[in-house]
Amino acid sequence: MAGATLSAPTTANGAAAAQATQQPTSFTGKLVIIIPYTFLLVFFLVPFFIVFKISLSQVAIAMPPYTPALDFSGGISGVFSQLKELSFDNYVFLTEDPLYFNAYVTSVIVAGISTLLTLLVGYPIAYGMSRAPATLRPTLLMLVILPFWTSFLIRVYAWIGILKPEGLLNQLLLSTGIISEPLIILNTYTAIFIGIVYSYLPFMVLPLYSALEKMDYSLIEAAQDLGCPPITAFWKITFPLSLPGVLAGCLLVFIPAVGEFVIPDLLGGSQTLMIGRTLWNEFNANRDWPVSSAVAVLLLLVLIIPIVIFQHAQARAQEQGR
Amino acid sequence: MKSLGSIRRDFAPWNDPNAKPYIRFEDVTKRFGDFTAVNNLSLTIYEREFFALLGASGCGKSTLLRMLAGFEQPTSGRILLDGENLAGIPPYRRPVNMMFQSYALFPHMTVEKNIAFGLKQEGMPKADIEKRVTEMLKLVKLEPFAKRKPHQLSGGQRQRVALARSVAKRPKVLLLDEPLGALDKKLREETQFELMDLQQELGLTFVVVTHDQEEAMTMADRIAIMDKGEVMQVATPAEVYEAPSSRFVANFVGNVNMFEGKVAERTDKTATITGSTGAQIVVENAGEAKAGADVAFAIRPEKIKVSSAKPEGSVNALEGEVYDIAYLGDMTVYHVRLTDGQIVRAQSMNAARVSDDPLTWNDRAWVSFRPDAGVVLMQ
Amino acid sequence: MNTTWSRFNITSVTLGFAFLYLPIVLLVIFSFNESKLVTVWGGFSTKWYVSLFQNKALIDAAWVTIRVGLISATVATVLGTMAALALTRYTRFRGRVLFSGMVFAPLVMPEVITGLSLLLLFVAIGLDRGFLTLTLAHISFTMCFVAVVVQSRLVTFDRSLEEAAMDLGATPVATFFQVTLPVILPAIVSGWMLAFTLSLDDLVTSSFTSGPGATTLPMKIYSQVRLGVTPEINAACTILIAIVATGVIIASIVNKRREVQRQRDEQAAQRG
Repeated sequence: MAGATLSAPTTANGAAAAQATQQPTSFTGKLVIIIPYTFLLVFFLVPFFIVFKISLSQVAIAMPPYTPALDFSGGISGVFSQLKELSFDNYVFLTEDPLYFNAYVTSVIVAGISTLLTLLVGYPIAYGMSRAPATLRPTLLMLVILPFWTSFLIRVYAWIGILKPEGLLNQLLLSTGIISEPLIILNTYTAIFIGIVYSYLPFMVLPLYSALEKMDYSLIEAAQDLGCPPITAFWKITFPLSLPGVLAGCLLVFIPAVGEFVIPDLLGGSQTLMIGRTLWNEFNANRDWPVSSAVAVLLLLVLIIPIVIFQHAQARAQEQGR
Repeated sequence: MKSLGSIRRDFAPWNDPNAKPYIRFEDVTKRFGDFTAVNNLSLTIYEREFFALLGASGCGKSTLLRMLAGFEQPTSGRILLDGENLAGIPPYRRPVNMMFQSYALFPHMTVEKNIAFGLKQEGMPKADIEKRVTEMLKLVKLEPFAKRKPHQLSGGQRQRVALARSVAKRPKVLLLDEPLGALDKKLREETQFELMDLQQELGLTFVVVTHDQEEAMTMADRIAIMDKGEVMQVATPAEVYEAPSSRFVANFVGNVNMFEGKVAERTDKTATITGSTGAQIVVENAGEAKAGADVAFAIRPEKIKVSSAKPEGSVNALEGEVYDIAYLGDMTVYHVRLTDGQIVRAQSMNAARVSDDPLTWNDRAWVSFRPDAGVVLMQ
Repeated sequence: MNTTWSRFNITSVTLGFAFLYLPIVLLVIFSFNESKLVTVWGGFSTKWYVSLFQNKALIDAAWVTIRVGLISATVATVLGTMAALALTRYTRFRGRVLFSGMVFAPLVMPEVITGLSLLLLFVAIGLDRGFLTLTLAHISFTMCFVAVVVQSRLVTFDRSLEEAAMDLGATPVATFFQVTLPVILPAIVSGWMLAFTLSLDDLVTSSFTSGPGATTLPMKIYSQVRLGVTPEINAACTILIAIVATGVIIASIVNKRREVQRQRDEQAAQRG
């Protein structure tokens, strides 16, 4: 099929190459590109430049609450004089205040641990699903996707009632006598881990499942036939073959988890420190737009590598899907 | 009267110097990046001809068909249809229709709607469309299935819908891309004859792409054998089989025994070829081969006789040992290892239930053939 | 496949689904709690649903949410389908790498960044925050999801269908509307549904980009959740869950029926 590769040349095989219309020739063909392209430029790319620009300007008590950097109304010379005034003060401020540095590091660590936990929880589920009777699999798949269609906010909210000191979990554990004192889970990092694992589980299970499901079971049989015990067969055959799914799942969990706002806000309480919440507070409570822009730029820099890996994985998957 | 093969052909415009070509490829080249799919190819196809493009996958035959349909533009050269240059004419304005390998039936339309699709695009009046669709359904014997959708049909029925849809517009040329590739063997054989009948009945020009030589031999008036974007030979099935023009064609079509050697002696009618180990063969049909030339002598297995004793009066008889035997019911295939080590494949029809001269593994045996049983190849 | 579904596999799937569904089930159960305390069962009652329907602010927010969802999902579907077509059909055009980057990146972009950057854009061009900015923001982040869904369908689309249509005399535009669009329609519909759900659900981007008079339901729920867990919110959540679950289940039953019918047809066709 018309492989949507990023850079790879089309295959030399005549029939396959013939499938791809490489360049738009007609007017309508051009419109199909131009319209969404323009929209994305205006509502996706330009906003990032504005964020970057504002991150270089000074805070002001006004509306909007910053002095514009790079105002082109003053002509070339105006721009030059402004260039001198451009300040990296906001970035300097971010590096000097340990609060922000800690928030970045904590976010990455929390997201990393949560991603690992999600993988540990998700892999057996995906594996079990992929080995389920073929007639049952579509239903199981739907059941994994279904929570994704219900509100994220609601799913996070549901855990408050469970994890509170007087919540359902503690009631259960106290009444069965497993513990004598209520566990403090809500407003700790543990609650954030639970929230992320729970909310992002479908993102992990789906790519894992699709990698495991298309795996040919006769490979395992061949391995066992050649004298490989089941556990070894899993580590030598199944797991390596599911690695693309593992990578996709981990990225789909890790990247949004780093900048997560709702989960740390509702489950983590004020004691926990994550960058998404810091940005939100900086913006909504302190009304410091330049600093929150700088926070956003740095967050994006932290995420740029995983995002690029994710895009490559997407492009590769498409390539193979043709 | 003698003729190559067992069929006498009356329809042979390619032998008539006054016949007007219908489709002409003139020095056509098509490149995809660095890959040359079709290389400086020229070809002529006549009206009402059933023409087959035969070759392995990737030989450029499909690309040739797609250029004729208008899905690809030649990198250089031109294609003429009925005297008109097709360059720049988009596929939807060309008077040719194609039957796709995948059939490409529109899954959301019924059989009727599929067949009517092309007629509607033409703006044909509704009543005429209905009439034509009914006619087409009758032609492919699918009247009871008019209201069905493609997924409710068997493979063979889908194939007929695809066929009906592509001939509904009465195109000047019908292009068929591996038309029988998706059918099982038995259905394929039946359908071959149906396609031939249909072509006769409609009087259309058919250009079919196939990798199946049996299919091409059965159906086509002429076959173009392609390799690496070039045409190796264009000829009738009998010529391709009995008088291949090169080692490639001889090997590609059917089974063949190849004796490599030098022309030792040349007379008007015959040539004597000496193999590398000294074995001598006397052959007719030596064509242009001069004394001293490196040639190959190609001979089909069914034209070689195997016997336990040296046949009397045979010009060409070589001694060997039975190496392998395969009994196939209608015939038996022998592999005989000659004294120089070459293995010769011979086939004999089991015309009688009981053999007078049974052979078994490791028996001494003689292979023999008439001087005119094979051809001398220079390329 | 001749594998048996081992006990280990059954256990892991069962536990997994219990983990996924238990919190939601508990939330639903406690929406019918008589007591104001969410976690102590005080008897069955539907009073919270009654009070919910008297809460005008919530009803208004729901209405805003639905309108934004319908408009943004529809526009996003058109734009997303175009983007998917551009990416699958044209393998070479200027700026294609940037384009595909802009289509895929929002899938994993932290919402705080999307929200902040869009807000700053609206301020920079002097657009007052409200219903319009909210809708534009929703279009911009949901269209990428539509593009991905439609694209994955287009990748497996048999291009020979389009060639057949053109071969039979249909112009490229006629081919698109008579062949391509009907065939990929199911993917477009699921793209729309995904966009609509994402729009209904969004909190962070909405909080940044909406203004007075354009408060969405998630924003409303969020501000109340911060004040504490109440059965009334449980009731609101239950209604939302019920709507979505009904929709998804109906859709999958319809799909399943169609699939079963299709298989039956195919088997019948094979028998002749």
